Amino acid sequence: MNKARRNPFNLFAAHGILIVYTVIALFPVFVILINSFKERRSIFREPLALPDGESFSTVGYETVFNQGDFFLYFQNSLIVTVASLFFVLLFGAMAAFALAEYKFKGNTLMGLYLALGIMIPIRIGTVAILEMMVSTGLVNTLWALILVYTAQGLPLAVFILSEFMRQVSDDLKNAGRIDGLSEYTIFFRLVLPLVRPAMATVAVFNMIPIWNDLWFPLILAPAEETKTLTLGSQVFIGQFVTDWNAVLSALSMAILPVMVLYVIFSRQLIRGITSGAVK
Amino acid sequence: MRTSRIKWHIIVFLAPAVLVYTAIMIVPLFNTLRLSLFTEVDQERVFVGLENFRTLFGDPRWSESFWNALGNNFWFFFIHMLVQNPIGILLAALLSNPRLRFSALYRTAIFVPTILSFVIVGFAWKLILSPIWGIAPEMLDAVGLGFLYQPWLGLEETSLTTLALISVWQFVGIPMMLIYAALLSIPDEILEAGECDGITGMSAFWKIKLPLILPSIGIISILTFVGNFNAFDLIYAAQGALAGPNYATDILGTFMYRTFFGFQLQLGDPHMGSAIASAMFVIILIGVCLYLFGIQTRMRRYQF
Repeated sequence: MNKARRNPFNLFAAHGILIVYTVIALFPVFVILINSFKERRSIFREPLALPDGESFSTVGYETVFNQGDFFLYFQNSLIVTVASLFFVLLFGAMAAFALAEYKFKGNTLMGLYLALGIMIPIRIGTVAILEMMVSTGLVNTLWALILVYTAQGLPLAVFILSEFMRQVSDDLKNAGRIDGLSEYTIFFRLVLPLVRPAMATVAVFNMIPIWNDLWFPLILAPAEETKTLTLGSQVFIGQFVTDWNAVLSALSMAILPVMVLYVIFSRQLIRGITSGAVK
Repeated sequence: MRTSRIKWHIIVFLAPAVLVYTAIMIVPLFNTLRLSLFTEVDQERVFVGLENFRTLFGDPRWSESFWNALGNNFWFFFIHMLVQNPIGILLAALLSNPRLRFSALYRTAIFVPTILSFVIVGFAWKLILSPIWGIAPEMLDAVGLGFLYQPWLGLEETSLTTLALISVWQFVGIPMMLIYAALLSIPDEILEAGECDGITGMSAFWKIKLPLILPSIGIISILTFVGNFNAFDLIYAAQGALAGPNYATDILGTFMYRTFFGFQLQLGDPHMGSAIASAMFVIILIGVCLYLFGIQTRMRRYQF
């Protein structure tokens, strides 16, 4: 009852701290976005003012559209992210099913082998990855990135998905077997639809790091026609560093796609993290 | 006959993942470790044993950069542990109050920086802290603290700490979410039992909740460790590959990048790059082993 009496004040303080932190978290994004719609002088004169009739300008966006091939970068990022997610989910689910469903010699060992990559970052092997991509002619292709991100995503995907596949009822699968379904049909028709929520969690976990990665695009695919949006905006901003309108607009355009994805998937992402799937 | 057929579909299910993972991750990892034992003489690869490591740790031109990067990396990690994780725990503790309204809204908003790319984060803060634009000095002026302003990112003494704090700002959402999940999984009965014994409010947090979320704090610490010791992107986006000013923000990731890929006048050296990568591998491995054998096994886990 002591607790009830103290609560209003505690709640008030809690809201205060959370609001302050929310402002800190959103403030930089807000400043970038509002200033990207202003003309140069007002960016400097009143950086915190909203754009109004007088200061409104899209000159930065015009520079971005004329100078940078952002549509191509965006398309590259999209292809790389979607293809990598597809392979992570397909291959990851298949391996997870094998580990969860069948008793075979070396099952635990195989699980441990695949789990190694959860803790050891793939970047450590970059020198040899680059050499391999050069010798196979994959350097400066989107395939190089797709392969690397698939390998990077698989360990955690197998780990999370096999946990979920163990929960799928044996009766269902055995009923399928009695009806004469092959193991492949059981996997694709019966099991996959049941683990769809876990697949979505894995997809959301992988999506953001792949989309935002700078290291591998920089090293494996820096050519103009294979630049991802992250690398493309990095290079663009580096070149236009004194053109503040262009820089702010390029930043805003890089923020936009992730924000849209985040708004669509935030519930899935937060549910994924809080369901303890990563423990 | 039957057993051999069963084996086939297991192989089909496992093959794609194992092949891609082995070919793109495990083999290059060991190849990199192997490459660190070679060097190039007259465009030919020659085995030199541990010579590269002797150069890296012994030759003053190399060792100075290496110890500088390693020291900076530890400071980077230290700031994360000291600032990011306590703030994450505080926010999670506040959010987990069942009577708090708008908690989903706060959670979503505070997680926004985590989804942004390092390029955006690096440049956005660079602009905000820039003396040219003047957002930071003006805001400090507004609260009467204008004299405190310095171009933090440009000074050798402050740039690394500033970047670490920017990284904390970006990633605080992750410990917040994980601790939040851990706090929600504490059963009400335990808290009620504590209340009957007169443990409420702050003391309930310190005496009941904190011990119960220690395993999650352990996981967050090792995730932070691994993440920090292969960090690269934020430093590269904000300060470039030279990790200026005067290498004050150089960490192992940027040092390895410059070494193996080459930068400006410096030629790339894949073998020294591999040696640095091997050193990073050993450091991360030690960290992970310390966690797995030293911390995780000793931690008491409570089953509800």
